[in-house]
Amino acid sequence: MKRRSQACAPIYEALEAFQKNRVVPFDVPGHKRGRGNPELVRLLGEQCVAMDVNSMKPLDNLIHPVSVIRAAEILTADAFRAAHAFLMVGGTTSAVQSMILAVVKGGEKIILPRNVHRSVMGALVLCGAIPVYVNPACDERLGIPLGMEIEAIERTIGMHPDAKAIFVNNPTYYGICSDLKRIVDLAHQHGMLCVVDEAHGTHFYFSDLLPMSAMDAGADMSAVSMHKSGGSLTQSSILLMGPKMEEGYVRQIINLNQTTSASYLLLASLDISRRNLALRGDREFAKVVELAEYGRQEINQIKGLYAFGKELCDGVGVYDFDTTKLAVNTLDIGLAGIEVYDLLRDEYDIQIEFGDLSNFLAYVSIGDRARDMERLVSALSEIKRRFGHAGRNLLKYEHIEPKVMISPQAAFYGRKESLPLEQTEGRICSEFMMCYPPGIPILAPGERITKDILNYIDYAKEKGCAMTGTEDAALNHINVLKG
Amino acid sequence: MDFWFSEIQTQNVKLSIRVNQQLYSGKSEFQRIDVFESPEFGRFLVLDGFLMLTERDEFIYHEMITHIPMAVHPDVKKVLVIGAGDGGVLRELCQYPEIVSIDMVEIDPMVVEVCKKYLPQTACCFDDARLNLYYEDGLRFVRSKEDVYDLIIVDSTDPFGPGEGLFTKEFYGNCFMALNQNGIMVNQHESPFYEADALACQRVHKRIVETFPISRVYQANIPTYPSGHWLFGFASKTYHPLKHLDENRWNKRGISCGYYTTTLHKGAFYLPAYVEQLLRDVEHIKNEKVR
Repeated sequence: MKRRSQACAPIYEALEAFQKNRVVPFDVPGHKRGRGNPELVRLLGEQCVAMDVNSMKPLDNLIHPVSVIRAAEILTADAFRAAHAFLMVGGTTSAVQSMILAVVKGGEKIILPRNVHRSVMGALVLCGAIPVYVNPACDERLGIPLGMEIEAIERTIGMHPDAKAIFVNNPTYYGICSDLKRIVDLAHQHGMLCVVDEAHGTHFYFSDLLPMSAMDAGADMSAVSMHKSGGSLTQSSILLMGPKMEEGYVRQIINLNQTTSASYLLLASLDISRRNLALRGDREFAKVVELAEYGRQEINQIKGLYAFGKELCDGVGVYDFDTTKLAVNTLDIGLAGIEVYDLLRDEYDIQIEFGDLSNFLAYVSIGDRARDMERLVSALSEIKRRFGHAGRNLLKYEHIEPKVMISPQAAFYGRKESLPLEQTEGRICSEFMMCYPPGIPILAPGERITKDILNYIDYAKEKGCAMTGTEDAALNHINVLKG
Repeated sequence: MDFWFSEIQTQNVKLSIRVNQQLYSGKSEFQRIDVFESPEFGRFLVLDGFLMLTERDEFIYHEMITHIPMAVHPDVKKVLVIGAGDGGVLRELCQYPEIVSIDMVEIDPMVVEVCKKYLPQTACCFDDARLNLYYEDGLRFVRSKEDVYDLIIVDSTDPFGPGEGLFTKEFYGNCFMALNQNGIMVNQHESPFYEADALACQRVHKRIVETFPISRVYQANIPTYPSGHWLFGFASKTYHPLKHLDENRWNKRGISCGYYTTTLHKGAFYLPAYVEQLLRDVEHIKNEKVR
C-alpha cells in the first residue's frame, strides 16, 4: 500500500464520501441513519447518527482490514513510530488484554508490577498465565507506588529466568516513569518480550518535552489510550507493536474478543485524532505542559498542598516524570485526596480525574483553558480555608505485598464459598478487590488474605473509596476458595 | 443608509440601536471589542457582541455599584475593583478623598486602551495617583490576598466568556478572604427577568449567600441592559446596607449624582415580589444545608 501523508484521514474521508452517495440502507444498524429513533437523533445530532454505519466494502472491516482501515492503521503506525498499529474499539482494556494474550499462554510467567490496571488481572484469568510481581517502591510522603526499579527487575529475572515477558505500566496514573529503555534491554537480553501499558502516555509520542515513549524505547508492544490524552472518543484506543511481533498473530488474538460491529464513530475519531496529533501534537502538548506547570506552581503557593513534579526524579523509583500530570498531595491540609475530589465537585462544580487516600489528580489535556485552571487553583485555596485543618492523622496508603498461592485463573474458576470479610483471614481469595480509583487491586484471585489487607479495606471503605470487583456489591462478603 | 447595532438579548428578543458610525473594531487575546457612535445613546462599548455601556446611561450603573457601599461603610481606605476596564467605577471612586489606594484588576489591557481613546467620559481617571492597575485574571489576583480590603467592587461582564470565573463560588470565597473584618463586596448581579439571566442571577445569589453572613440584593433601571431591570449584590461581613446607611454623612460630601440619592438607596433594596421569591428559593436551599 502506498505511503500517505499524515494530513490524510482515510476512514474519515471514506465516511464523508459515503454520506454523499446517499446509499439506501437495507443493513444494520436498524436505526437507519436515525430515522427509526428520533429521540436518539435529538440527543446526538443528525450528523452523528448518520455516521453510525456498519462495515461495508467502501468502509473496510476492522476484523480483516484491507483498504481504508488498513491505510489508517499504517498512518497510525508511522505517527507512533511502530512496526504496526491496531485500531481498537473496546477501550484500552481490550488493548491491554490482547497485548498480554499475545505474549503469554496458560502456565507461562509474566513479570509485572502490582500497581497494574484491573484489565491486566482480567487477562491473566483469561489466559491462565502466572503473575510474578515486582514490588514497586513507595514514596513515604506521598503514599504512591513508584516506577519499576532496575535492580528489583534484575532480581526477579534471576529468580524466574523462565518468564516470557515483562509488563511495565508507564507512565503510572500519577505520571511516574520507569527507565523503560533499560527494562526493554534487560528483557531482550534474557529472551523475554517487553510490553507496556501506556494508557496515560499517548502524548509522549508527540513532544520532546516529555518522557520516552514505549516504541522509542524499543518495546515489543504498547497499549495507548488515544481517548485519554489523544483526544479521541471514549472507548477508542490503539495497540502498537514493534518489529519482533507478528502482525497476523496479534490480529488473531485481538479478534478473539473484539466486536464484529466496530463503531465507525470510534474509528473515525481515532483517525482524526491521529492526524491532529501528527500535524499539531508538538505545539499542543507544549501548551499542555505549560498549563500544568503553571497550575503546579500556583497550587504549591497554597500552604499544605503539594503538587509534585520533576523534583521527584531520583533515577531509581522515579526515573522520569510526565509533567502534564497535575497530581496533588493533600494530607497536610488534613483532608484525604478523595475528600478534596468530592468537595471540588459538590461545592465548586469542578470534576477531577480521581482522588485516593492522600492525593488527587487533575487531568490536564489539549482541551483545557487557562481560565479553568484559575478556577481549580482558587477552589483549592477555598477548600483549604473552609475545610482544611492541621494535625489530622491520616493513615497512609501502603503497598501490601501480595502472597500469590495459585494462578488467578485456577482461583477464579475454583470451588468457592462466600464468607463475611472478618472471617477470611488466612484464606485464599477467589475474586478481585479493587479500590477505585485508582484501580489498583488490593486482592486478586489466588492470593492469601492477611490481617493487614483486612485493615486496609476497612479504612478505604471508611474514606469513601469505591470498592469494586467483588460479587457482593456492598463488600461485606468475599469469595474464598473452599478449604 | 440604515445602520443598526443589534444585541441578541435572548433567542427571541433583540435590542437595536441606530448607529452613526463605527469608531473602533479589534480583537484582543480575550474578546472582540467594538465602539460605536449613535444618535440616541452617544458612544457605546460592545464586547463579543454584548453591549457593555453607553455614554447616555452608564451613570446609573456606575453610581449604583459605587455609592451604595460608600454610603454604608464609614471608613473605606483600600478598594479592589475587578474588571471595570472602562474606568466608570474608578471615576466614581475618585470622588472620595479618604480612599488611600485603589487596586484595579482588568484581564484585558486592550479594553482599557480602547476606552481611553474612545470613551473619555468614563476612562477619565486612570492618572489618579491612588490607582494601581493590574492586567491579570481577577480570580488569580484575589486568591493570594488576605484581610486587605475594605471594599471590593466586582464589575464583571457575563457568566460566560473571559469573565466567567468571576461568577463562581471560589471567587466569592476568595473575595471574602481578601476583605478585612468589616469588608463589603458589591457585584454586578445580572437581571432577574429573562429566564437564562434569572438562572444566572439565582446561581450567583446562592453562592454569595453561602459565603457571606450578610447578603442583600438591590436594583436599578438601566435602559440598554436586557429587560432594563438590573440587580446588584451587596455582601458584607459586618455592615448592613440599610441599618448602617448614614445619610447625613454621605449627603455632606456634596457628590453630585444623576441617579443615586440616599433616599433611592433605601428604596433600591425593596424588590418586586417575583424577584424576592427567586432569591428566597436559593436561600431556602442554603438554610436546609446548614447543620
